[in-house]
Amino acid sequence: MASSNSLMDSLFQRSLEDLIKGLRLGESTFVSKSLDEIRREIKLTDPSTKSVALQKLSYLAALHGVDMAWAAFHAVEVVSSSRFAHKRIGYHAIAQSFSDQTPVLLLITNQLRKDLSSSNEHEVSLALECLARIGTDDLARDLTSEVFTLLGSSKALVRKKAIGVVLRVFDKYPDAVKVCFKRLVENLESSDPQILSAVVGVFCELTSKDPRSYLPLAPEFYKILVDSRNNWVLIKILKIFAKLASIEPRLAKKVADPVCEHMRKNNVGKSLLFECIRTVFSSLSDQETALKLAVAKIKEFLVDDDPNLKYLGLHALSIVAPKHLWAVLENKEAVVKAMSDEDPNVKLEALHLLMAMVNEDNVTEISRILMNYALKSDPLFCNEIIGSILVACSRNSYEIIVDFDWYLSLLGEMARVPHCQRGKEIEHQLVDIGTRVKDARLELVRVSRALLIDPALLGNQFLHHILSAAAWASGEYVEFSKSPYEIAEALLQPCTCLLPPSIRAIYIHSAFKVLVFSVGAYFSAQEPTSSLLAQESTSSGSSVVNGFTYDSISSLVSMIELGLCSLSGTIDVEVQERTKNVLGFIGMIKHEIAEKPTSQDSETEAHRAMAFMEDVFSEELGPVSSTAQEKVPLPKGLELTENLEDLQEICREVLEPVAESNSSSFHTSDKVSFSVAKLTIRDQEEASSSLPPPPESASLLAEHRKRHGLYYLSSQKSDNHNDGDGNDNNTSNEYPPANEISVDSFKPKKKISKPRPVVVKLDEGDDPKTKPDASSSNDEPLSRAIQTALMGKGKGKESVKDNHDINVDTENIGQSSRREKKKKKNGERSSKRSSRRRRDQEASVTKPVEVPDLLL
Amino acid sequence: MGIRFILMVNKQGQTRLAQYYEWLTLEERRALEGEIVRKCLARNDQQCSFVEHRNYKIVYRRYASLFFMVGVDDDENELAILEFIHLLVETMDKHFGNVCELDIMFHLEKAHFMLEEMVMNGCIVETSKANILSPIQLMDKAH
Repeated sequence: MASSNSLMDSLFQRSLEDLIKGLRLGESTFVSKSLDEIRREIKLTDPSTKSVALQKLSYLAALHGVDMAWAAFHAVEVVSSSRFAHKRIGYHAIAQSFSDQTPVLLLITNQLRKDLSSSNEHEVSLALECLARIGTDDLARDLTSEVFTLLGSSKALVRKKAIGVVLRVFDKYPDAVKVCFKRLVENLESSDPQILSAVVGVFCELTSKDPRSYLPLAPEFYKILVDSRNNWVLIKILKIFAKLASIEPRLAKKVADPVCEHMRKNNVGKSLLFECIRTVFSSLSDQETALKLAVAKIKEFLVDDDPNLKYLGLHALSIVAPKHLWAVLENKEAVVKAMSDEDPNVKLEALHLLMAMVNEDNVTEISRILMNYALKSDPLFCNEIIGSILVACSRNSYEIIVDFDWYLSLLGEMARVPHCQRGKEIEHQLVDIGTRVKDARLELVRVSRALLIDPALLGNQFLHHILSAAAWASGEYVEFSKSPYEIAEALLQPCTCLLPPSIRAIYIHSAFKVLVFSVGAYFSAQEPTSSLLAQESTSSGSSVVNGFTYDSISSLVSMIELGLCSLSGTIDVEVQERTKNVLGFIGMIKHEIAEKPTSQDSETEAHRAMAFMEDVFSEELGPVSSTAQEKVPLPKGLELTENLEDLQEICREVLEPVAESNSSSFHTSDKVSFSVAKLTIRDQEEASSSLPPPPESASLLAEHRKRHGLYYLSSQKSDNHNDGDGNDNNTSNEYPPANEISVDSFKPKKKISKPRPVVVKLDEGDDPKTKPDASSSNDEPLSRAIQTALMGKGKGKESVKDNHDINVDTENIGQSSRREKKKKKNGERSSKRSSRRRRDQEASVTKPVEVPDLLL
Repeated sequence: MGIRFILMVNKQGQTRLAQYYEWLTLEERRALEGEIVRKCLARNDQQCSFVEHRNYKIVYRRYASLFFMVGVDDDENELAILEFIHLLVETMDKHFGNVCELDIMFHLEKAHFMLEEMVMNGCIVETSKANILSPIQLMDKAH
């Protein structure tokens, strides 16, 4: 019964063509139905039924995403068939579906060996193609000798494929270099264009991984560069030289001439011309004539109507831009024109180039042009533009920005671009400029105000980050604000319910700062001691800012109270806590204000609370170096991996003035959190009922500063510089911070009326530590093997030419090489000699690789 | 490695040929093809033939209803790859006589065979049409 079934299956098997026709009908269950058939057919013993089943399966796997890993063993079966047609199907299936993890991989080693040694060149080429695709470490090791034999094959079809497979073999089994490398190099001198094209391709790949090892082959490559007429070969050779010349400057000089010659030819193919240009731009840019010629040629690309050439022209310019900006500047018009191209890829390249041209003189102009483009562009490109402006302007602590007022208004403008999605970056820069550039704070507050009072912006979730920065700045630098009342009103407007809670908390906290500032100014104006001074200064105009009357302050307080009372029941704890804090504070000072200025006693509770709060907010925030943590020297004996039992000891010192109970039953965790709370001086704790007197907070702050002065940036220092004095003296600072602040001494410019404000800059914070990449690649086995193989190439060369001796290191190759020797009887004679030479070469391995003199 | 993969996709986005020179799982292949096809098919004739995708550069060209897409390393010569695509199409034309989508569908193994002659391990090893086609012609005779 079973046999008759199988006979039916064989007789009425669908061919691949039937399958494809069926697929074209588009029946939904057809694929699974066919798979069932295939599963049945592939198990049959008839080789042709089996192979057709495998062929169909390969088709389904390639185009319909069907898994065929389960058929791995059947593929091995089909490969072993003696018929070429079956073999082909089998090898195709293997190449398509085998990975390093396929368990039956080991089963094909012998089959591959058999086919590699076959007399039928097409079978050999199938096996080589398969090895190139699936070759593993084991396969590469076991088949090295076969590949070596084929490298010397007289049939071009086989030889070029053997060359192609060498890449995989070297990659998986570096010791194969000892066997095959010499023959590979010989092929560089082949006159057959097929062979040459294959071998140059292989060297191109090898060189790109480890250029230094191939420097000794420069003369051979050079010969091909001068003699070859094949564009494919020349392109690959140019790629090789681009790599070699970047590590050997003398080579660059030598190569420049033939490269120029290729560029000057009238009928040179565009692909070759482009490769020449790219090679010059990337590696030969120090050769003046070559560079000039390449720049002249790239112009033709830029003005061409073909979008491909235009794109490549721009792309090539971006390679040369960092070293020779003039090449880009010469083509400024073309670059700007490309900004309005209809291809987004071309526009993107143009944008990168524009940003490369930005400097402190043209940043305003270029940014204005770009913002216009941003308004017109689709969302994706619009954000690319905004992103690149942000990156270019903030580079190196805003190096190219002279006029920060302008830049801040630009940031404000960005927020209003409809598609803007770069909220996070803009937020970061607004805060960063606030902390770094003192002179820009007035404008920052102005820009922030404009953003805050616009209720329309609150609905756009991409702007929430920007708004949070604006809220923070308005609160932190409220003293620059013309109307604190307006700010507080904006911060508490009903639409703020659209904000996420974390940002809303910042809004409330900023409103708190505004309140503290306003009430503080109001109180200090009342104080009898300072009232005289205040009155004097009233006439001189400072009261315009600080002029809080009884009416204005009470309406401010009640407005804030009204705005917040609905929030005290919010679910979000952060918002709720901050609301409660502000409300609690208002409750404390409210009666004081209600009493009108009758009370002359400045020692009331409210006054003390006010003084304390002002104290808390008066400490200026500075930028923090990203590497601040790393600068802390690891204290001796600090065990970071041990548990924290010792913490109690450390904490006691801090806690002594506070917790004198000294009872050992006190929980460590309580102490720690308490001390941390003290040290960080969060407003929440202090604003609540148990209020410590102000001097303590100041002393704690001083204490903290003393301990952690490392992280403090002196704010006085930038004041010094504002006077125009470049001298950097820290004498005023009791606790000199460890971070050195480097300040650009401003160079007065004729064009710009006001000098560049001081930007606080942390010296080393910005440049990431780059690990010395050294010559780690030299330690790789493949590089080592190749350097060994090339050592003394010069002296070995003549003997290589007259007898194709096998260069075998018996100890390393082991079995396979012994087999090898049996086959290559004519090589026997010379192998002894060659292994002796090899030993010599290995002895000199330690010497650095040198480029032979004949080229240089 | 030079060439990482070669795809032929019709206007509807169906893959007609897929040849990979590095190991990717089925899911990875399907995802990659989907993303690339979406990107390339959305572009028009006035736009350039190069698209950057993940760490590949895709060089593509449309012939009638078929898109030929080649994924290459970043430093590969784009124009040379366009020439390679053209050579592939010319070779197929020579064999099938004005090649169309159906030819590739029904003779997928021949298309693969041509590619295997042209590309090895991601390197282009053969650029002569006659050399590429000679093994296939031999095979046809044997049948």
